[in-house]
Amino acid sequence: MMKSDISANNKKLAMEKTSLWRPGSHLSSTVRDMPPSGIRKFFDIVVGMEDVISLGVGEPDFATPWHIREACIYSLEGGHTSYTPNKGLFELREILAESTKEDLGLDYDPEEEILITTGVSEAVDLAFRATINPGDEVIVPQPCYVAYVPDVLLAGGVPRPVATRLSEEFKLRPEDFQDAINEKTKALILSYPNNPTGAIMTREDLEEIADLVVENDLLVISDEVYDKLTYNGRHTSFAQLEGMQERTVLLNGMSKSCAMTGWRVGYALGDPAILGAMTKVHQYTMLCAPTMAQVAAVEAIRRGEKEIKAMNREYDRRRRLFVSELERLGLPCFEPKGAFYAFPSIEGTGLSSEEFAEQLLKEQKVAAVPGNAFGESGEGFLRCSYATSREEILEAVDRIERFLAGLGL
Amino acid sequence: MMDFAKEILEVLEENARATPGEIATLLGRSEEEVAAEIKNLEESGVIRKYMTMINWEKIDDGYVYAMIELKVSLQRDKGYDAIAERIARFSEVQSVRLISGDHDISFTVRGKSMKNVAFFVTEKIATLEGVESTCTHFVLKSYKEHGVTLYDRTQPKRLVVTA
Repeated sequence: MMKSDISANNKKLAMEKTSLWRPGSHLSSTVRDMPPSGIRKFFDIVVGMEDVISLGVGEPDFATPWHIREACIYSLEGGHTSYTPNKGLFELREILAESTKEDLGLDYDPEEEILITTGVSEAVDLAFRATINPGDEVIVPQPCYVAYVPDVLLAGGVPRPVATRLSEEFKLRPEDFQDAINEKTKALILSYPNNPTGAIMTREDLEEIADLVVENDLLVISDEVYDKLTYNGRHTSFAQLEGMQERTVLLNGMSKSCAMTGWRVGYALGDPAILGAMTKVHQYTMLCAPTMAQVAAVEAIRRGEKEIKAMNREYDRRRRLFVSELERLGLPCFEPKGAFYAFPSIEGTGLSSEEFAEQLLKEQKVAAVPGNAFGESGEGFLRCSYATSREEILEAVDRIERFLAGLGL
Repeated sequence: MMDFAKEILEVLEENARATPGEIATLLGRSEEEVAAEIKNLEESGVIRKYMTMINWEKIDDGYVYAMIELKVSLQRDKGYDAIAERIARFSEVQSVRLISGDHDISFTVRGKSMKNVAFFVTEKIATLEGVESTCTHFVLKSYKEHGVTLYDRTQPKRLVVTA
């Protein structure tokens, strides 16, 4: 064969192989089988629509307070653009230790028991990956934030959803918790104040859960990112209960309370053994949280209290306004006591959550998230975020009223 | 927790048109309680007036504003109050303040033209007994008044639906 014939032949072979190449066949089965987030699906419908009023947003409508942004700009001007230690800026860990002591009365060692993460989302993922072996079960009270179940699956674990109910103000009931526990159960993920329901758990509610946690030797991963957003009295952290600090990986961040969602800073507090394992995963995947965002977080914790309180007062007012309007419209909704969501029942309309949300969007241009996006037990509900201006809330309510009238209600 | 009166004031400071019924919803109290507290605040002079903030520049030539600083020589048994209150009586004057630093009193004037304001200062203010010197600064552009920015900027948009 001539030299040119050989190369032509090789090319032909390569092309035949290329034609067999189907990228889809190279996907991990865990990821392939994972349904896309219900929120994402809904987002696709919204794209391109004009004049939409959104009650669908899981973040504050405030921009990050100026002094926090300014501190970040100042630090960038100073050239602070390199990596921080894996665990995060020491200054940030130190100040978190102080503020946690002040808020919760708990001691965490900034060297070994605090890890700064890229948002609480990363911290949730790390907590599962650091603790879950294949087949381990994690109890996930639902409705809940959309990432818990996929994160458990990615860690090789088995998520075990437990339904919470409107009649019980969406609290995790010890009976339901107990029923879900078996010999494979390793952990419980708690998230109160809750997204999407706005539910909280009081100290008494949590104590009943803690008894079962001890009895069954479970780990608790507690996502308390809405802790500053409670409206009737102070938040109780699961880690504050007697003997629970060492069993709890406490996750939190500045996103919601300081209007810092886009910065991506969160943190994990917990026992050195678990935090050390999480740090290992973190250092091989994320290396460190963004430096500039960590600098901003220091400023937020040090001097953000006044704004946090002012934003809280405003959320509280919007909450009252929105809930009283829902009542007027006749949509049953318990009074949300935390976060910035109301979770009215739309069961009486005869529509499913997705039908309701989709029709409401198409007919009246109000975006809200169908409750089933947060788990099966969210079916029949609609998550409405009141982190939007009072004018918009009232306009949205008018539109919902017209929508309900159109349904003959 | 902020006290009730302060919460009402915070709402009204932002929106003078908020009705007692609306405020009651926002604060989780009854309309009667809110109305009674507002009446108290009005009667005790905490609430002085309900106003509308207007950007006059948007509708016509607007007004000319000037900030004027004064040095004042005090006379026996007449403090700053006497001269400050005297200045405050002029309807052209929008605010009067006693200040620290190089000058003693600072006030703002609103007029139809620069000439108009200049005449007012030279004729009515500079001639007052006790005024040693005046220093007039005309306002070229106002960016923020009473905590409200006067320039329009497009706000960055949030995604419409997020987790």
